[in-house]
Order: sequence, then structure tokens, then C-alpha cells
Amino acid sequence: MDLFEHQAKELFADYGIPVPRGIVAHTVEEVRAAAEQLTGRVVVKAQVKTGGRGKAGGVKVADDAADAAEKATAILGMDIKGHTVHKVLVEEASAIAEEYYFSFLLDRANRTFLAICSAAGGMDIEEVAHSAPEKVAKVPVSALTGIDRAKAREIAVAGGLPEKSLDGAAELIEKLWCCFVDEDATLVEVNPMILSADGQVKALDGKVTLDDNASFRQQEHEALADKAAEDPLEAAAKEKDLNYVKLDGSVGIIGNGAGLVMSTLDVVAYAGEAFPGKPSPANFLDIGGGASAEVMAAGLEIILSDPDVKSIFVNVFGGITACDAVANGIVSAFKLLESRGEAVTHPLVVRLDGNNAQLGRQILADAALPRVELVDTMDDAAKRAAELAAVGA
Amino acid sequence: MAIWLTENSKIIVQGMTGGEGTKHTRRMLASGARVVGGVNARKAGTVHEGLPVFGTVKEAMEQTGADVSVVFVPPAFTKDAVKEAIDAEIPLVVVITEGVPVHDSTEFWAYAVEKGNKTRIIGPNCPGIASPGASNAGIIPADITTAGRIGLVSKSGTLTYQLMYELRDFGFSTAVGIGGDPVIGTTHIDALQAFQEDPGTDAIVMIGEIGGDAEERAAAYIEQHVTKPVVAYVAGFTAPEGKTMGHAGAIVSGSAGTAQAKKEALEKVGVRVGKTPSETARLMREIMQAR
Repeated sequence: MDLFEHQAKELFADYGIPVPRGIVAHTVEEVRAAAEQLTGRVVVKAQVKTGGRGKAGGVKVADDAADAAEKATAILGMDIKGHTVHKVLVEEASAIAEEYYFSFLLDRANRTFLAICSAAGGMDIEEVAHSAPEKVAKVPVSALTGIDRAKAREIAVAGGLPEKSLDGAAELIEKLWCCFVDEDATLVEVNPMILSADGQVKALDGKVTLDDNASFRQQEHEALADKAAEDPLEAAAKEKDLNYVKLDGSVGIIGNGAGLVMSTLDVVAYAGEAFPGKPSPANFLDIGGGASAEVMAAGLEIILSDPDVKSIFVNVFGGITACDAVANGIVSAFKLLESRGEAVTHPLVVRLDGNNAQLGRQILADAALPRVELVDTMDDAAKRAAELAAVGA
Repeated sequence: MAIWLTENSKIIVQGMTGGEGTKHTRRMLASGARVVGGVNARKAGTVHEGLPVFGTVKEAMEQTGADVSVVFVPPAFTKDAVKEAIDAEIPLVVVITEGVPVHDSTEFWAYAVEKGNKTRIIGPNCPGIASPGASNAGIIPADITTAGRIGLVSKSGTLTYQLMYELRDFGFSTAVGIGGDPVIGTTHIDALQAFQEDPGTDAIVMIGEIGGDAEERAAAYIEQHVTKPVVAYVAGFTAPEGKTMGHAGAIVSGSAGTAQAKKEALEKVGVRVGKTPSETARLMREIMQAR
């Protein structure tokens, strides 16, 4: 889960990291009130979970409350890389002497953590990393030994920070490491980390990604989720504990196993290219290895409630759960939905392969479910599902 | 022949007494694998599924001669379970558990390195390793394929089963599910190296998916070190940017890590990449038939 800047900074503040005073505002009036409360020059910053805000015009300095309200009028509702701005952070303007870059992140390739530090921080850090990589220090950090003040100072030196900033930077880096570890983050980024005119090292921006796998020991993270931005179908699926992602096509997909479902999306998209309107997948839905009747019914229910869906492709490989059990699950799911008055109205293409595939197919054939077609292979079934979506469109 | 897991492998199960542990211990036993005991500190001295339960991995190894451990413990306890296996210096630990925090997997990997890499870690969040006809450590269904001379390494569980099933007339030396998490123990490259050195393996299927650059690094390794034919499949060409599709590792960000980039890297070094799982099976079929 990615956090908004204001959430990241609230988290930083909890760890004693200096951040500017700021207030979140959702309307122009709230911005005016926030600016009046902060007094003096303020910065109005769009809160969106994407980079390049500054270059898109989503960050503006304002001289007073009236000016802040005017700047906010332009920023609220703005679209930045497909993200609509629903709120802004109004912050006291900082007198910046120097701008640095700092982050801790997971280095997948080397299976360790990495600290990245540079004296050349700010909006062009990616360009600096590309054109002058020697100005960007990348220091591996062991999960076993971590970071203490001395190691933090070493990293700041390696990043080329000047002597006058080293004490403040080392303190900030050490605290940021505590935040990274204690919050189960996979990324904490401060760009820019500034030296203010009065000699203090501060986090002027914050980007944090939290590990969803750690939610069992990070219960307070749930409150940080952006419920408003969630797709309603995705939210409904989450309630039912389904692994569902909404996509923009018309072929509903149900399968077992993340890799197989991802592969199903690809195969349906290829197959769709041959048909009018090029039908593509409407969703990703992994019902897991078990594929019980209840889960199958819950999955079908979500997909049937998606108005974009024209056909459905159930793609199951019987491994741990054999195909006869999956077929029985589909039959029971139909009965369950029917009993709730939610008849399956879309054509459904089913491909069963693996353990007891013949038996599974026989069960489905005997049940003679309306609008269900059995196809033997994944490739042919994808073609048929795409064709049905094209006809139904 | 096979890699890492043979008919002589003696398997213990950490978390054997739990629901998943019990179910899959039964399945492993039914497939003919030599499961010799389980580990649960609170149930030491008891018997479960006809097998002795030990207090520690070390004790289980001393009493049974076990050289493989399969981990089914819940995510909150996985780090400690794996570190215990590393401390006991068991040669192979297979971590099935899904949902392990990445700080924990990064820590147990660092711990394994510090202890001199005496324990091979497969996973976490993986289906395990199967050498058909010889042994089975994990949750790969043993009855979907036969023993043969194809080696398989994969990030995905069900895609592994699909390929094993489609190529069941040729059969497999060993299939390794390495898992799709951002930090894993055994990599594509480790498996490619072992298959290249294994006299029982003639050709290799490699299954990847979006996220990270493991496939690109595997391609570079193949170019330098692998002379056996390799056929690959990559899932996630149409996955939208920035959305997680079930596997924590399968996140596309920017251009690096896309399925297209992986396919191109593999094809550049002469690996044939199937457009669908079935086409991938066909490509492997052609190679095996030509032998």
C-alpha cells in the first residue's frame, strides 16, 4: 500500500523526524482556513499517489491565505497522471538552503535493503542518477545489523553531503530506518531532504510503501487505506476475501492460482484480437487452490454484478483440488445464485484440465446448466469466450 | 536422476500438526515421499499421522536423519521456523507459507548467508519441489505427471502444474516452484545451474512472470552457462501497470519488469518463448521428440 505524502509525514513525525507544520484540506475554504492558521507563506501540495506532481503544476507557493485559496482552486480537481486531486496539504513554506535525496528500499535482485543518498536532491534526481551515477550513493544495508548513527553518517558522507549537514542528516537517517523497519515498509523516500536556512535537516516530502503481508502485526495500517479511491467491485470482492482486480474489458475471468489467471488474461487478450471490438479481460479473479462452491458462487456473483461483462471464462486446473470437486462447485454455485434470484444470464465457457478432468466435464454435462459451454483446451476456451463477448457487445 | 530432492531424501514437516501441514503430510506420504516426522515445540513427544513429533529441527534430524524440511507454519512464525532450520544446518528447507512479510524473508535470507549458505531455501510462497517417482516436498500434486527427463523451474504454482500435466508423456526429472515473492531463496539461476549439471535432465522449462528482473538475469546466465535447450513462458503481458495480481512480486512499475522485456531478453539468448502455456508445451514437445 502506498501512502499519501501527508500520511507519510505524519508517520515520520511519530518517529521524531522533523517535517514542516502542515494541515490537510479538501476544499478551497479549508485551504484558506489552514493558511490563516499557519500564517505567512505556505505551500499548497496536491495529494496524489504518483510522482511528478511539481512538474504537473500540483505544488504551488502562496504568499497569504487569499493567494493559497486561489492556488488551491487550480489544484483541487486537477488530473495528475490519471489521479484526480481530492485533497491538498497546506504547509508552512521552508527556507531552503540545500536539497538532498534519501531513501531506504528493498533490493530484490540482491535480496537485501538498500540506502540511496545524494547531495543532488530535488525534482531531477532520476536525471542525476542517469547522467551522473557517481553522485548517487547506493549502500547495501543488512537486515541483521541495520543502521546506527555511525552507519547513517557514513551513508550521508558517501552521498556527498557537506560537513554542516552531517549531524542532522545522520539523525534523520537513523530515525527513518526505525520507521522503515518498525512499520514494515518496502520503501521510505525523502526527496527533498533539505538543509533549511536555519541549519536544520528536514523531510520536505515523503513517500512510503507498506508491505500488505505484514498487516497481521500492523493493525493500525488499515486506517491508512484510501477507501474512497477503491473500485466498488474491488471493495465488494475484498469483503468476500476474493483476490479480484477490475480491468476494462468485457470477458469476466475466474481461475485458480495467480500465475494461471495472469496467463488467462494474456491468452484471452490475444484471442480477442481476432474479433470485432477486440474483447479483452474484464477482471483478474483468483479463487485459489481450493475452489469450493461458496468461493465459486462468490466469484460468479462479483463478476455478474459487473455491467461491462458480456461473457465469462472459468479456467481451472485441477491439481490439489480435483476437477470433479470444482465441477460440483460450479453446479452448486449456480443453484446458490438461483436460490437468491440471481440467475446466470451471461454465456459461461468452462475449461477443466488436470486431475479427474473427464469426471468433472461429465458432471457439468449432466447438470445441463443454461448457457454453460465446455471447451477442452485453455487456448480454444479463450477464443470462444472472446467470440461470445464480441457477439454480446 | 533429479536435483536437490531424490528417493533417498528424508523429509520433516515444520507445522505438521496444523490444518495445511496435516493435509499435505498425508498427500506427500501417499505419493511415496519419505516423510519421517514433524516439528512442533508444544507437541514434542506425540505422534501425528503415524509420525513422531519433535521439539526442534535439530532433534528431528538427529533422531531420523532428515535432510529436508517443509515449512507450513503461519506467516507470523515463518521467520523463526526458517532460522531454526538454518541453525540446524538442514541441507534443504522448502517454505510453502504464503503471506510472509518481506522484512522477515529478507532477514532469514541474510541469516542463511551469514551462516555460510549451508541450507538451501526454496520459497517462501511456493508450491515446493517434486522429483516425480522419487520424492515430493511441498504441495505439488504428484499424480499429474510422470518421471522423465525435463527439468522445470517456475515462479507460479498452477502454471507449473499445467505444464507438468501437458508434458506428462515425457515426464520430469524435477520441478521446482521457487515462488513469486519479491525476496526468495532459490532463484531461476540456481535451478538452471543444477539442471545443466544434472545428467538426468535433457531440457529445461522456465516459467516467469512480471515483476523484478529475475528472468532478465536468468537470460544472461543461460547465454553464458546453459547448453541444454531451454523453453520459457512469461505470464502478465496484459497486466495493468501498478496493480498487484496476487503475487506480491508481480507488480509492474515503469518499463523494467514487464513481460515483454523478459520475453525479449530470453529470445535474444536463443530461448524459445511460448505465447501461451500450451504453445510452450508444444515447443518443449518438439525438442524432446527431436532427441
